[in-house]
Amino acid sequence: MIDLQGYGPRLLEGAWVTFELAVLSLIVALFLGLLTASAKLSRNRFVHGIGTLYTTLIRGVPDLVLMMLLFYGGQIGINMLTDQLYDAFDIDIFINVNAFVAGVVTIGLIFGAYMGETFRGAFQAVEEGQMEAARAYGMSDWLAFRRVRFPLMMRHALPGIGNNWMVLLKTTALVSIIGLTDMVRVAAEATKATHEPFLFMVPVAITYLLIATLSEWIFSRLTQRYNAGFGEAD
Amino acid sequence: MESLNLWWTDLLSGNAIFTANTLEFYWNGLTTTVQLVFLSLVIGLLLAVPLAIGRGSKRRWIKLPIYAYTYVFRGTPLLIQLYLVYYGVVFFEGIQESMFWPIFRDAFYPALMAFTLNTAAYTTEIFHGAIKNTAKGEIEAARAYGMSKRLMLRRIVLPSAFRRALPAYGNEVIFMLHASAVASVVTIMDLTGAAYYVYARFYAPFQAFIFVALVYLCLTFTIMFAFRQLERRLLAHLRPRES
Repeated sequence: MIDLQGYGPRLLEGAWVTFELAVLSLIVALFLGLLTASAKLSRNRFVHGIGTLYTTLIRGVPDLVLMMLLFYGGQIGINMLTDQLYDAFDIDIFINVNAFVAGVVTIGLIFGAYMGETFRGAFQAVEEGQMEAARAYGMSDWLAFRRVRFPLMMRHALPGIGNNWMVLLKTTALVSIIGLTDMVRVAAEATKATHEPFLFMVPVAITYLLIATLSEWIFSRLTQRYNAGFGEAD
Repeated sequence: MESLNLWWTDLLSGNAIFTANTLEFYWNGLTTTVQLVFLSLVIGLLLAVPLAIGRGSKRRWIKLPIYAYTYVFRGTPLLIQLYLVYYGVVFFEGIQESMFWPIFRDAFYPALMAFTLNTAAYTTEIFHGAIKNTAKGEIEAARAYGMSKRLMLRRIVLPSAFRRALPAYGNEVIFMLHASAVASVVTIMDLTGAAYYVYARFYAPFQAFIFVALVYLCLTFTIMFAFRQLERRLLAHLRPRES
């Protein structure tokens, strides 16, 4: 058995942090992505402009820089806001930015932009005739979205979502730099203390590969499901 | 106009952060980032061409190791690869006594090595996909001319595959620029490293990071523009005809 020099339990905890962080940010990103896609498809030019600005800015700047900006700047920004609240209304509150929450929000914000592009393309790929048919059946807007537009859209969006998820998973490693104790951070600390990089980094790398392989399997199952009725070729 | 002028002078005289000294820091960071990204992209590209050809080989002992390499390097974070090379390089027997040690003691070269291996893996898969999608007719035509396999690869398959790979490769270049920000973790003073230094020195996160974000944004747009120009020239035959 490999001797992890007592770092085993902490590595496991770190792995769980990585996993939680990735899944929660994925949820935030999916939600933001749907919102962004609707904004970019909107006929309102102001809303459309905001959507375009968001996706362009986020995709033009490194993840790590955005993370540092939101993480180090976030606390100062919130402090300034609460100070103003105190000066103006005598409301005295102190909000402490939690590293984990900041990580989820930042990664969600970054990948919301990428998901937005994916969803936009997917929504455009749904034929209008399908929605017209749904309306002809007398479905309400929400029912038509849920039963017709969404499932058809997902078929086109799934490959993109899968790719974004794989990149997101690897991006979570960056939170170790701004101070969150994920598995990369534990491995880096252990490496500095023991001078055994391979002993700690290789298991962490294998964990990433395992999660990636498992997600690939899940996505292929989902693709099968949403491709039902469209034959093999597509 | 008067008020704008006043605002400018006020901004320039009243700021303690963007002095010649810190701007020089940013400038040095910019050159380090560009060097690191450019060198790793060039070496990675040179490695990726033979690897992509081998990846499509029928022989399993050529195909499988290359597939394993790209799978591992594309499936794990660049940060881990960087740590492994940076901390792991001393474990090569005798490297500390060899003539290469002054090179590897500096963080720049381990980072360059990690980045090169990473981008070579992604580029291999991009080229492999492009080679695999070569139109059957092109290959049949080349065979009909009696070209040998080697000649066909050089004259027909590779040139057309490179053109088709261009948009995806442009994305990879931008991805590499953004990924290079992790170099600051192993004591390299790249753009992000300079921004972190300015943040820590003046405790001014907004100024330090928004400025560097704008620099990255300019770099990204420059790369995007360059690739779009290249695509216009090299993929002109695929564009719908203008009427």
